[in-house]
Amino acid sequence: MKDLVRKVTEAFGPSGAEDAVREVIRKEVQPYVDEIRVDALGNLIAHKKGNGGKKVILDGHMDEIGLMVTRIDDDGFLRFGTIGGVNPFTSLAQRVYFGNGTVGVIGSERVDEPKDLKMEKLFIDIGAKDRKEAEAKVRVGDSCAFLQPFVDMGDRIVAKAMDDRVACAAIIETLKGLTTNHDIYAVFATQEEVGLRGARAAAFGIEPDVGIALDVTPTGDTPKGRSANVSLGKGAAIKVMDRSIICHPALKNYMVKIAEEKGIKHQLEVLEMGGTDAGAIQMTRAGIPAGVISIPCRYVHSPCEMVDMNDYENCVKLTKALCESPLTF
Amino acid sequence: MELRELATLPGVAGNEKEVRDAIMKELATMGVQFETDVLGNVVARKGNTGPKVLVDAHMDEVGLMIVYIEKNGFLRFAAVGVPASVLLSKRVYIGKDKVPGVIGAKAIHLQQPKERETVIPVDQIFIDTGAKSKEEAEKKVKVGDYAVFDTEYEELSPGVVKSKALDDRVGCMLLFEVLKEEWEGIRLHAVFATQEEIGTRGARISSYRVGPDMGIALEGTICADIPLADKDSYATRLGGGAVVSVMDRSSIPNRSMVDQLVKLARDNSIPFQFREATSGGNDAGAIQAARAGCPVASLSVPCRYIHTPFAVMSQNDFDAAKALLIAFLKSVEGGFRP
Repeated sequence: MKDLVRKVTEAFGPSGAEDAVREVIRKEVQPYVDEIRVDALGNLIAHKKGNGGKKVILDGHMDEIGLMVTRIDDDGFLRFGTIGGVNPFTSLAQRVYFGNGTVGVIGSERVDEPKDLKMEKLFIDIGAKDRKEAEAKVRVGDSCAFLQPFVDMGDRIVAKAMDDRVACAAIIETLKGLTTNHDIYAVFATQEEVGLRGARAAAFGIEPDVGIALDVTPTGDTPKGRSANVSLGKGAAIKVMDRSIICHPALKNYMVKIAEEKGIKHQLEVLEMGGTDAGAIQMTRAGIPAGVISIPCRYVHSPCEMVDMNDYENCVKLTKALCESPLTF
Repeated sequence: MELRELATLPGVAGNEKEVRDAIMKELATMGVQFETDVLGNVVARKGNTGPKVLVDAHMDEVGLMIVYIEKNGFLRFAAVGVPASVLLSKRVYIGKDKVPGVIGAKAIHLQQPKERETVIPVDQIFIDTGAKSKEEAEKKVKVGDYAVFDTEYEELSPGVVKSKALDDRVGCMLLFEVLKEEWEGIRLHAVFATQEEIGTRGARISSYRVGPDMGIALEGTICADIPLADKDSYATRLGGGAVVSVMDRSSIPNRSMVDQLVKLARDNSIPFQFREATSGGNDAGAIQAARAGCPVASLSVPCRYIHTPFAVMSQNDFDAAKALLIAFLKSVEGGFRP
């Protein structure tokens, strides 16, 4: 299980440049589904055929946060824009890598006070001596991801792009040996981090009866951290709401009921910031009941995102139990 | 149709009628088939086979809307896409009858030292039409009327033009250039869109109706190659050629379309530059999000000072954008697919 999470988190795929991660996921999910297609926005849609049941989307986004080069200066330094929510404090002095393997480090203009550290003060240094050398390796429009190794800490693991590759892995895991009458559409969505763009298009194309997104959620269990109900190790988090969605109440209650019946460790989640693909799915066409199973994750949107494998397993169990249930709520 | 004529017409977001009428008249003269939709977009079509390619430019411009008439005849207004810092001491005209007005400012003698240094917010400034009372003002202006900047179209230097509304009448002119060509092997849908400046609303509806296989938004875009600006914040350069976007707040253009634009520019020696900024958004975002989605790109002409009463552009950049756009569409005819 950890190996699958390692493989998918290590793949390259900032929003809009998901080609590499898509191929990694395609290879992993292929054995467990009947057909696979890629739509106009690059979503990977893996369909496991049902038998008269409901059309269900299981969505996990495969894009990750990153940076995009907007300018190469005469001295060979790269200026960039952010892809998704990236902040200067977690970026400074990090290493980044591009799709072609080029590695860079993030440096800053001189700032006198830490509070003056703004994204536009930062640049990427790929070791090029001038513009010409830089342009041989990188072009304006190229994006890069944070370079951090996957580390196995025991029950807990840490990696870049846990958001939301850990959910992609959980969906693949769910499909293994799944028997259900429902038509399951596993959507490995693009461009979530820049505005839930892939999922919206995918949901329109699929026109499901139910949408379930799997995504990470920040925790409130670190020293003097934000107040949030969710803790690492306390089970699958069933979302009540975030900034993008108030989860369909009947579906949310149904999730809780199934978790209780099956004895799956779970907790409720209310997120006062951020959104998930479920928000886009819910608003598709004439509206689709949608909910979210969240995987608790510390340090979300940093290069060091941490999850607990027990939570991961509980999320897989709950997702599987839902797919095997009648989904009448 | 000339840019001079098109850019001079008033068309604040939500009130594109005069621009639309002129565009429809021109399309009829050209013999191009077109239709309009419920949000006032004009969709012109050419070509009967092949992929549906939607090329979009917006008709609307930034400006003002009258929201309240004071007892003493002064007009209060809301600004649509224009910062308060550029409004003082400008001439405008209001409504269908083009009622002239000025946005007044206190004379320096009457200003407190602090007032001289701060931007006065929109809710503290007003339009003066010379009316002495509410009754007199109401004879020529109604709440809900739009005001546009009274800016003369001029050639400042050979090939360098100053005008209001270059964002995005310059894109509309590019659409006309494309519609002058004959197209086979693509189903070209040229969309003259409404309400871009207040949230890409027209394009959302037109792209849903068209259901394109790919889309290109044409824009007059930010350009800050001005004194004291840092090169890192130029975004684009006047005279630097057609502008290819790599990301903004509304979309991440499809990489293979970007690569194709760059390749065609290089192969055909068409001057081009990247948009070295990620701020702002345009209709490409709305096109990409229509129905089950489609790949998009964004091609622009650099325009200094957009979202103020006037902007400045270069004819050479327009010619480059035109050449690159036509080369791209020809390549789609020739089989290019994103």
